[in-house]
Amino acid sequence: MNIKSMAAFAAEGSSPEILFWVGCAGSFDQRAQRVTKAFASILEKVGLSFAILGKEEMCTGDPARRSGNEFLFQMMAYNNIQTMNAYNIKRIVTTCPHCFNVLKNEYPALGGNYEVVHHTTLIQELINDGRIQLKEGGSFKGKRITYHDSCYLGRANNVYEAPRAVLEALDVELVEMKRCRTNGLCCGAGGAQMFKEDEPGTTRINFERSEEALATGASIIASNCPFCTTMLSDGVKKFEQEDNVQIMDIAELVAASLK
Amino acid sequence: MVLVQQVLFLLVSIFAIALFARKISNIRKAIFLGKKESINDRKADRWKQVLFLALGQKKMFKKPIPAILHAFVYVGFILINIEVVEILVDGLFGTERAFKPYLGGLYTVALSFFEILAALVLVGVIAFWIRRNILKLKRFTSPELQGAPLQDANLILYIEIVLMSMLLLMNAADPEANFLISKHLKPLFSNWSESTTHLFMRITWWGHILGIFAFLNYLPYSKHLHIIMAFPNAYYSRLDPQGTVANMPEIQQEVLYMMEPATAPATTDAAPMSFGAKDVTDLSWKHLLDAFSCTECGRCTEQCPANITGKKLSPRKIMMDTRDRAEAVCAQMDKQGNIVPDGKSLLHDYISVEELRACTTCNACVEACPVGIEPLSIIMQLRRNLIMEESNAPQEWNMMFGNIENNMAPWKLSPDDRDAWTQS
Repeated sequence: MNIKSMAAFAAEGSSPEILFWVGCAGSFDQRAQRVTKAFASILEKVGLSFAILGKEEMCTGDPARRSGNEFLFQMMAYNNIQTMNAYNIKRIVTTCPHCFNVLKNEYPALGGNYEVVHHTTLIQELINDGRIQLKEGGSFKGKRITYHDSCYLGRANNVYEAPRAVLEALDVELVEMKRCRTNGLCCGAGGAQMFKEDEPGTTRINFERSEEALATGASIIASNCPFCTTMLSDGVKKFEQEDNVQIMDIAELVAASLK
Repeated sequence: MVLVQQVLFLLVSIFAIALFARKISNIRKAIFLGKKESINDRKADRWKQVLFLALGQKKMFKKPIPAILHAFVYVGFILINIEVVEILVDGLFGTERAFKPYLGGLYTVALSFFEILAALVLVGVIAFWIRRNILKLKRFTSPELQGAPLQDANLILYIEIVLMSMLLLMNAADPEANFLISKHLKPLFSNWSESTTHLFMRITWWGHILGIFAFLNYLPYSKHLHIIMAFPNAYYSRLDPQGTVANMPEIQQEVLYMMEPATAPATTDAAPMSFGAKDVTDLSWKHLLDAFSCTECGRCTEQCPANITGKKLSPRKIMMDTRDRAEAVCAQMDKQGNIVPDGKSLLHDYISVEELRACTTCNACVEACPVGIEPLSIIMQLRRNLIMEESNAPQEWNMMFGNIENNMAPWKLSPDDRDAWTQS
């Protein structure tokens, strides 16, 4: 893919419409990279000019802050804000709800003021504006799909409807889990849990959630977060359903349905 | 005889109210053990929270059955208190049913209405007792609710049953009263002489008002304090998106001085500070208001993914521990005049590392709380103390910290490869 960086735009003396904040998972995790590419392909297709920070992007500091390491968080935030302010960034889209939450809600207090959208919201807007054209009778039409609300898009930021509107536009049969929207159950990765073993308990949170998702009989579990995707994939494997049930990001579903 | 009763009533009233006021000022002191924090912006939005969360009980209706039962007790409690005004007037002036002459036929209508409410309160309270003691709903049988908290919950229910029964029996025994519900209880007294029924009426009258005073004074020692605290707590509850973690300006400043040494003052005489919270005195007063507003309903714990999967963490226990600790520190302060370290702290002695480590910061507990309590905010403050004061982190987290610091990502991968995905 030919993805331009902010540095390349700056060298030309121009600037893109939006910065695509890829995030650590989206950059390094092989599964999440597929989501990153799917989303980038959507942006390319609709002709929205975007750039990435590339090597200049750093962890937002989310897992550091939430585990209690405020020093490390502040260091990361300082560097990222310096970089973005130097490029005079106005608008950011990100495929990670944790990055989304930090950029949108926590950087303003530190001098980083940007308009931040999560990719599911941007996709929904682009569909509404007619800029994303979906195939008639796309590959997911009538497919039983359940949607997993990530904590940091849902409860943390009250975004519940945009991802569902995208699924509706894909003509899928959306089935809700018992715990959804404000009552959605965490996948188990938040609060830096992704980076450590579970505390002793009777089961793992991702097993509990995956079991609930599988009970809907859906063949696809739609997600909006790289960590949820990992957790649910592990959970589905635990129940030996990986051949029957896929975990797909909203961006992947849309990218596969473009006209 | 009437005069004796009047004087007695006046003395009892003054004593009960003074005792209550003293305890409330004590709780105020306990809450302000917490650090100062100014929460006074967006007043209109705050009043809206009071209206919807506290008065309107919006979040209670996430669970319709307990919401309706609770609404019986809540509406009954508020409206029956109008009748207490009459009781106070009667007690002070030695009258009986002082408002009756002024209201005429309306009096019977009003009292019948109150009786309906009283009956609904009884229905609600008995249903609550059954849910807690016979059905043993899961959120009422958690380890942190064993012992005193269960007794507290039941005691409140018993007091309410007694109060409502007194009210109905008093009306039934009154030969001149003919109210909607109590009139069906009149046969109980059919064989009694007029003087005996009058005596019984006086006894139930005294029983009712003494019960109310007892309830008033038990309240501040109980989880039931939420009937008062829900209102200020809703007012001061968070208006920002729930995902936002409170900033630490002192660390922001430190990092700025480190990155831009020119901005740092040449000398600093600031006292060394500690980060996060080890004890209740390190928390904000709002955290402690939260703790005193908690009615231990367990909606938070029921929604907590860690608790659901058998981990030790229970957000309700976080709130109960915080209140217990604040009360303990306050009691010690009362005894010795100022805070003397007792070798204990909220972190470790009340709330364990294992509990704190299990939190996914998913905000389910915050979302679930009907009165806007934020257990997560306390958990975050304790986690900060663990990491930044004690360097107490699991090995995996230390590796993650190291990776973020050195590779700008939580994994041990080269920052040069951050955009490698564009090439594949």
